[in-house]
Amino acid sequence: MADVAIERGGGHGADHPETTTGLSHTKLAMWVFLGSECMLFGALITTYVLYRGRSVAPPYPADIFDIPYTSVSSFVLLASSLTMVLALSAAQQRDEGRMRLWLLTTALLGMTFVGGQVYEFTAFYHEGLKLSTNLFGTTFYVLTGFHGVHVTVGVLMLLSLFGMSFADRLPEDPSFPIEMVGLYWHFVDIVWIVIFTVVYLIPTPSPGGPGGP
Amino acid sequence: MALEERVEPVDIPVSAGAHGAGHPSPKEYVRIGVILFVLTALEITASYTHVSGSILIPTLFVLAIVKFALVVLWFMHLKFDDRRFARFFVMGLAGASILYLIVLISFRVFLR
Amino acid sequence: MSTVTTARREGILRRPTATTGFWSWFTTIDHKKIGILYGATALVFFIVGGLEALLIRSQLAQPNGTLLNADQYNQIFTMHGITMIFLFVMPLSAAFFNYFIPLMIGARDVAFPRLNAYSYWVFLLGGLFLYSSFFLGGAPNCGWFCYAPNSIFDPTVGPTFYALGLIITGIASTAGAINLAVTVINMRAPGMSFFRVPVFVWMGLVVQLLLAFSLPIITVALFELLFDREFGTHFFDPTAGGDPILWQHLFWLFGHPEVYILVLPAFGIVSEILPVFARKPLFGYQFVVFSGIAIGFIGFGVWAHHMFAAGLGPVANTAFGVSTAIIAIPTGVKIFNWMGTLYGGDLRFTSAMLFAIGTVTMFVIGGLSGVTHTIVPSDYQQTDTYYIVAHFHYVIFGGAVFGLFGGMYYWWPKVFGRMLSDRLGKLHFWLMLIGFNLAFGPMHILGLQGMIRRTYTYPASLGLTFWNEVATVGAFLIALSILLFLVNVVVTHAKARPESADVADPWDARTLEWMATSPPPIHNFDEIPTVHALDEFWHRKYVEDERTGRLVPAQAGAANGHDEDPHGGGHGIHLPSPSYWPFVASLGMPLIAYGVLYSWWLVGLGALVALVGFYGWALEPSVASEDA
Repeated sequence: MADVAIERGGGHGADHPETTTGLSHTKLAMWVFLGSECMLFGALITTYVLYRGRSVAPPYPADIFDIPYTSVSSFVLLASSLTMVLALSAAQQRDEGRMRLWLLTTALLGMTFVGGQVYEFTAFYHEGLKLSTNLFGTTFYVLTGFHGVHVTVGVLMLLSLFGMSFADRLPEDPSFPIEMVGLYWHFVDIVWIVIFTVVYLIPTPSPGGPGGP
Repeated sequence: MALEERVEPVDIPVSAGAHGAGHPSPKEYVRIGVILFVLTALEITASYTHVSGSILIPTLFVLAIVKFALVVLWFMHLKFDDRRFARFFVMGLAGASILYLIVLISFRVFLR
Repeated sequence: MSTVTTARREGILRRPTATTGFWSWFTTIDHKKIGILYGATALVFFIVGGLEALLIRSQLAQPNGTLLNADQYNQIFTMHGITMIFLFVMPLSAAFFNYFIPLMIGARDVAFPRLNAYSYWVFLLGGLFLYSSFFLGGAPNCGWFCYAPNSIFDPTVGPTFYALGLIITGIASTAGAINLAVTVINMRAPGMSFFRVPVFVWMGLVVQLLLAFSLPIITVALFELLFDREFGTHFFDPTAGGDPILWQHLFWLFGHPEVYILVLPAFGIVSEILPVFARKPLFGYQFVVFSGIAIGFIGFGVWAHHMFAAGLGPVANTAFGVSTAIIAIPTGVKIFNWMGTLYGGDLRFTSAMLFAIGTVTMFVIGGLSGVTHTIVPSDYQQTDTYYIVAHFHYVIFGGAVFGLFGGMYYWWPKVFGRMLSDRLGKLHFWLMLIGFNLAFGPMHILGLQGMIRRTYTYPASLGLTFWNEVATVGAFLIALSILLFLVNVVVTHAKARPESADVADPWDARTLEWMATSPPPIHNFDEIPTVHALDEFWHRKYVEDERTGRLVPAQAGAANGHDEDPHGGGHGIHLPSPSYWPFVASLGMPLIAYGVLYSWWLVGLGALVALVGFYGWALEPSVASEDA
């Protein structure tokens, strides 16, 4: 039996070459996770679509939605995906200044989006749409709320990366953690692409109108 | 632990490097971003028109799918990365699409 | 002999360094210790779930039983199901996957060791949270499937505990699933291509992917249930336009893959045991692997066979009847391959072998009753009767549990360096087999005679008494057999430990874990083996004699071949350090859950604890770690 010295130490490198496939553990795990998140959001979206137009009491989507407002929100989140990928690009070029700039911008855009949602929810609440009011309130708040929580977690991760870059806690090549957070962030964006279309843009007939119950 | 230095030239278009190391340049990313913006603007415009649902809804879906694909393939880099990453995402995406579609069909949602 | 040197890293508190001793169990990130934790916890829950079963059977032994009133009965049978499924079979499978997947693929640990620890603690705390319900207003009482709208309008706190508890355990399993899937894909030894991977590991991969893609569905359902109960939403509220059938779809979309999650680990274990004790390679390895993948895949397409009586209509019923019939095919393929493995083999009927054969035979019985459910009109007679209870106990208990016990007897020497008594093991097997068939065989008859499920009693005039009495006797025999198992464990560990060399490979087995010592050192292998074939270890021990074609021992020393991966030996093996952060982070879960029940401040506190835990975890060591 060989006399072995075991050293305890930190983690694997970003593209640690000693994986069977040559792929990074973390990146593989992230994609499996995102696949599983498709099932999660799929169930919430399905619930929304199932119950579309089945509320037995007002307010209904047509009464409440402010499409221009939400459109701005959507542009904000879309822009944040662009700034995210610019942050990654900067990290890959070891341009620390630009990397920090784009990271912060992405986080701020994300916070703007969440802030916008909070404002939107508050406005709807004052117009009479609560969680318990009807199926629309139920499905709308839970679907967009789950999404909003995901965005918030993403913002926390972005701000953490931002802070860590100043505290010298990112690796010399910071592109890997930024790439991982970026994958999560883009996923949150593509879920919104679906939600924006399904919930806001596709019209929901109010009861009594054409196509209603 | 010394990590490899990777210095990417700024303005060279997508290069298919070893194991998916090709990266779009920042300019390319901005171009994708602009396309996404335009598509979104189209979506919103379409939703304001008074075309019938049977035209509007497929249109909106197609636009959304194109945006989805652009973000996944370019921003999330799946177009350039090892296929094995995509495999698991597609499992989730395809699984969700098919299974939930069956559920909605069983509720006769599309007959309303 | 190995020396473990620990590098101290920056952190808020001093990083734990011990790998032995009581506290090391709280900070361990070693897959083997975590496997033992899962296994021990699962066995404790098994006993609790078994006591619940005995309560059920005692209540039902006679008509108009008075041991349990209706409300108590509902809690007991609900918790029996939840315990056996979520707190026994799944964690015991996790124990085996955790302990043996790295060893069988020649790895030193899983892909994310701290995440592994986190999964265990969250599972434990989730299980304790569920059981605390008995003391905090009442346990879940809605059945393990907790159908709406009953679950929404139930005035007790039980269904809320159900939703929160299963969300917690679901998070544990999802994290574990991603961890083990990446481990199998990414940490195989040099030369171990996918078709040189043991069947147990393959089934492990399929199970993890089933978990990863099915758990999110029930998670959404559970949140919707929780919100309906606590926040006034209307997901399943018919008075507001909600549809309780949505719950059924979401639940069974998870619930059906779940039953394959329950049984595939045992199928994997059987596929390891039979070849060893037949001294023959597994017949049709590739077929067994592909059929496992097929079962996993098709398993997502049959869920509504649990809803034949829910009124989906003839088109849906037919479609799902067909898909359910189809899934019998890959299962049948496995059965025939297992039979082919035994045929012509040099059979040794050890306890492990008996349990493995028991698994196959009992599962076939359960599978046959399952086929009868596939015929929709026939299912209309069977559904909600004890015929269904018989079916699923034959496949889960007869299939999964027998297989898991086989795994116990097979792998006990590797884990603990001791052999369980084979005499007691055989006694355990036969008593359990007889008790099991006495308990559940008659339930087929009871079901067809009209005994309905989930009901605390039945009148004397229905003529159901005799077979209920028999079933109760069977249940107590099962309990006796488990007692024998526990006695076996105690007696085995009271004796002096055998020489390590005698238990390294006591069964003359085929796969890599038997190359390590019993128990393996913390780093598993001194040198990571290079793999040249399926059943690599077997081929190092035996070669085919060129003239006679018979197996002869390979040249001495070949069993510990020296063409190993040089990265493994000599100059330092890097292992991750113990950590308390996964445990800290896991504490957030039950705090949040209790907070939902009692106070938003507690939710905030739990979130804070979790956040602190996750940040501590992410920031250790000082360089941002790529380990999760």
